[in-house]
Amino acid sequence: MKKFLSVLLAGILALSLVACGGGKSQSTTSASGEKVIKIGVFEPQTGENGGGGIQEVYGIRYANMIYNKVNIGGEEYKVELFEVDNKSDKTEAVNAAQKLIAEKVVAVCGSYGSGVSIAAGEYFKEAKIPAMGCSCTNPQVTNGNEYYFRTCFLDPFQGTVMSSYCKNHGYSRVAVITQLGDDYSEGLGNFFVKACEKNGIDVVAQEKFQTNEQDFKAILTNIKVANPQFIFAPSSIATAPLILSQARELGIDCQIGAGDTWENGTIIENAHGAAEGAVVTTFYEADPDKATGEEAIFLNGNGTVNGFSNYLVSMGQPKDIPAVSALGYDAYLAVFKAIEAAGSTDGNAIREALTKLSFTGVTGDISFNADGDANKNAAYVKEVENGKFVFKEVVKIN
Amino acid sequence: MNKMKFKDKINIDLLIYIAIIVVSVIVLMYLDMNKFEYNYAISIIEKSLVYAVVALSMNIVTGFTGLFSLGQAGFMALGAYTTAILTIPVAARPNVYYMNGILPALENVVVPIPVALILGGLVAALFAALIGIPVLKLKSDYLAIATLGFSEIIRAVIASPMMDKITNGSYGLKSIPGFKSSIECFVFSLVCIVLMILIINSSTGRDFKAVREDEIAARSVGINIFKTKQLSFIVSSFFTGVGGGLLAMFMRSIDSKTFQITLTYDILLIVVLGGIGSITGSIVGAFFVTAGKEILRFFDEPLVIAGTEVPLFKPGFRMVIFSILLMVVVLFFRKGLLGGKELSVKVFKKHSRKKNEDNVSEGGKE
Amino acid sequence: MNINQFLQHALTGISVGGCYALIAIGYTLVYGILRLINFAHGDIFMIAGYFMIFSFAVMPFPIAILVTLVATTVLGILIEKFAYSPLRQAPRMSVMISAIGVSYLLQNLATYLFTALPKAYPAIPGLKQVIKIGDISTSLVTILTPVITILLVVLLLWLVNKTKIGMAMRAVSRDYEAASLMGIKLNKTISFTFAIGSLLAAIGSILYFTDRMTVFPFSGSLPGLKCFVAAVFGGIGSIPGALLGGFFIGICETIIKAVGLSTFSDAFTFIVLIVMLLIKPTGLFGEKNIDKV
Repeated sequence: MKKFLSVLLAGILALSLVACGGGKSQSTTSASGEKVIKIGVFEPQTGENGGGGIQEVYGIRYANMIYNKVNIGGEEYKVELFEVDNKSDKTEAVNAAQKLIAEKVVAVCGSYGSGVSIAAGEYFKEAKIPAMGCSCTNPQVTNGNEYYFRTCFLDPFQGTVMSSYCKNHGYSRVAVITQLGDDYSEGLGNFFVKACEKNGIDVVAQEKFQTNEQDFKAILTNIKVANPQFIFAPSSIATAPLILSQARELGIDCQIGAGDTWENGTIIENAHGAAEGAVVTTFYEADPDKATGEEAIFLNGNGTVNGFSNYLVSMGQPKDIPAVSALGYDAYLAVFKAIEAAGSTDGNAIREALTKLSFTGVTGDISFNADGDANKNAAYVKEVENGKFVFKEVVKIN
Repeated sequence: MNKMKFKDKINIDLLIYIAIIVVSVIVLMYLDMNKFEYNYAISIIEKSLVYAVVALSMNIVTGFTGLFSLGQAGFMALGAYTTAILTIPVAARPNVYYMNGILPALENVVVPIPVALILGGLVAALFAALIGIPVLKLKSDYLAIATLGFSEIIRAVIASPMMDKITNGSYGLKSIPGFKSSIECFVFSLVCIVLMILIINSSTGRDFKAVREDEIAARSVGINIFKTKQLSFIVSSFFTGVGGGLLAMFMRSIDSKTFQITLTYDILLIVVLGGIGSITGSIVGAFFVTAGKEILRFFDEPLVIAGTEVPLFKPGFRMVIFSILLMVVVLFFRKGLLGGKELSVKVFKKHSRKKNEDNVSEGGKE
Repeated sequence: MNINQFLQHALTGISVGGCYALIAIGYTLVYGILRLINFAHGDIFMIAGYFMIFSFAVMPFPIAILVTLVATTVLGILIEKFAYSPLRQAPRMSVMISAIGVSYLLQNLATYLFTALPKAYPAIPGLKQVIKIGDISTSLVTILTPVITILLVVLLLWLVNKTKIGMAMRAVSRDYEAASLMGIKLNKTISFTFAIGSLLAAIGSILYFTDRMTVFPFSGSLPGLKCFVAAVFGGIGSIPGALLGGFFIGICETIIKAVGLSTFSDAFTFIVLIVMLLIKPTGLFGEKNIDKV
């Protein structure tokens, strides 16, 4: 009898899956009689990149508060977000993506972290759902996937920018630290080294470390001996404070820099002052006084919202605006405008609209090239000063 | 139980099995026809099937031979990478190996998917044979740590810069051809599972169990302990490798981070919940855990009742539930959900035996 | 490699080794008594880090340290009571799975409660002070770690060899049943062993995290495994062995990273384990015939 029960159980399980999997159409009617379309939010809220992911989610949610009604074919639709947590994990990401597809989302925003975006991209492509990456900077995300777009620049660009920064500041000896098995870290490091060779900068040390490493003293000692003027250490926010504080402890006093991931308040807090002078490349610099248009709405609010800083505070977050939140906002806006322009919820129509889209978002003018990457040629360089990221300069690459 | 009744039972079991397979095929065909309607369900079913293969292969070595091996993730990585490298379309390769290029010898090598899966299994089996020589001489808990260590070594080597032109090092592989339909996944998994069941119920399988129950007694009836252990380890690793290949097809993009220790723990969770030494337990367990993780997703999302947020519901909650479930099963239902029994395995046996093997004790001994 | 570079590497290796040794002792004690790899030991170490973060936030640091030590010790005893003692008569594999289960639970619980983001470890006044000797630069805690480790080991050796409870511990690890027939209270002795192991893990945790400054839910898993290897290397059940093993693993690891082979720094640890088990399964100082299987 027991086995029949178990078979029955398994059967019920399978059926319930089928039941929750299907039977939804693209636009549904909510209880109050409004027509609703859904935009998927594909972000890590737990796991390695959980912290960065949630910051993008805030940006997307905030944009959704402002732009929540869209006119399609003469009818007004309410735009709802459907959030899934991809747990910064590729296996989870596949299921999370399928969940979005099953929910009949018309488009997707996300994700923080390129690995999960690459994994999910194949599925979005198959389902013909356009996806808009916020801060996934790996070339592979949009490469060969006509349904994936992104609002940020790419890894090669960041590596090149940092190298130009070194050149501008007269550094002739640099060192690189990268994380083994991490495409972001290795990618940035690699492009940085290539650009340095072109710029005539000497790369005096290249060190690598394992995932979850907590002891950097051995490799830092080697770097100290090589005596560089600048250390480029693109890595996750978990390792950043360790590298910074251990380097200072060993008496390495040259400037240390990294890519966009480091622009996060927790690094400054966790490094106990060792973060001073660290330099990062990032996507966006908030300047509430000079802001116009979309940026003004984002920073200072309008009738429905009263500024992103205040929104962050109301969510129990620090009031500093992370660049990825701005990207999340722009990603949502791009999707929203594309739906409006397409006048349809059809994936192909929205994709078409995205390729032709051009607007001014929070992070600047946004349009997409043939690969689906945003046409951006400038990066913002920020430096930690008195426990804060302070905007220093814009580096442009042509 | 007398012989007559037992034979009746066999027929009923066989019928049930065939019925389950037929029904599954029909359901899957229906799902495939409405792919975009049901893709979420399809993906969960596919993932469960893949995990069922891996869990059962772990059960061969852990449950049926009594060797506690924690090397699953490493062998899966070998199978997954082999399958991926041999099946990524040639046209897509320059894109995939965008950073360091691909080894010229591998540039144009493409084999059909079933061949790639078998090769993946063979690579894993080969490594198992090599690793097995030193490791299988170790006592139970040292064996666990040593296999776990090997799995980490395999992962480190795959991600190392020296392997850049083969495994694409840190950058991972993508554009792996996926399953064309859920039926394809079902067929691959079914073949693996049936083969494993046949092995478990063959005389070799009985040797495995004999070694598990009592090494000294097994030796005294002429079983070569070391060879038996090695065979079990190799067979298990072969199917783990194939399972890894299936996982690569399911995910379509892999990197070395996929194959961390947590993957082994996930498989162990399935095996333990389903019941150590239970074939059907591993299969039902795979569906139970995979589907459960998805169904319990709402635990990770904020729950608002009457305007106030319930503080318990936040990201990470469902994994806590699974951990607690694992502890409860380990402590109170040591034989797992199915109590170490089979839903029905006898079908595949030619000779009925009086002793009901369902009730053999679980692996390990003091 | 010049002399300064060498000395700097040596200092790093010895300091890491000291922390490893403190954790390894926990493994060695528990394995000596229960024949169980306490997979959760590394995670107890991680949780101790979180205890410190939260207690430091609300009370002065000497009390916070005390609270951390007590809380971790209690946690160790509770884990033994709930997860291991019900399985005394169960097959060895069940106990091991239970240990993995506890480890899995602690990691997931930490992720759930404190998120996966690394949390800043408080700076205990004075310990992070940077000291410069010639070209070598280090913090006080780096130098202090091996000293404290050796002091604790001396204390522990005295406890095990000279006190009554220590004698009970040795008796239980030698022969479980005979010890209980001699009137030794098994459960009490086992609890005490877990208490000592966890206490040392807590001290190790304070030294380790003060030096590295962040804690996240997986901080304990890899150091945990390495320390088990250290315990095996030194000879399971032997306290001086664990000390030596800890230093050996710590120093070798540093050297491997220093010569640019970071890829294999973790792999090396496991190769040590396998080689050691094949050549001398009892480890450097292990007693013979302790394996009852």
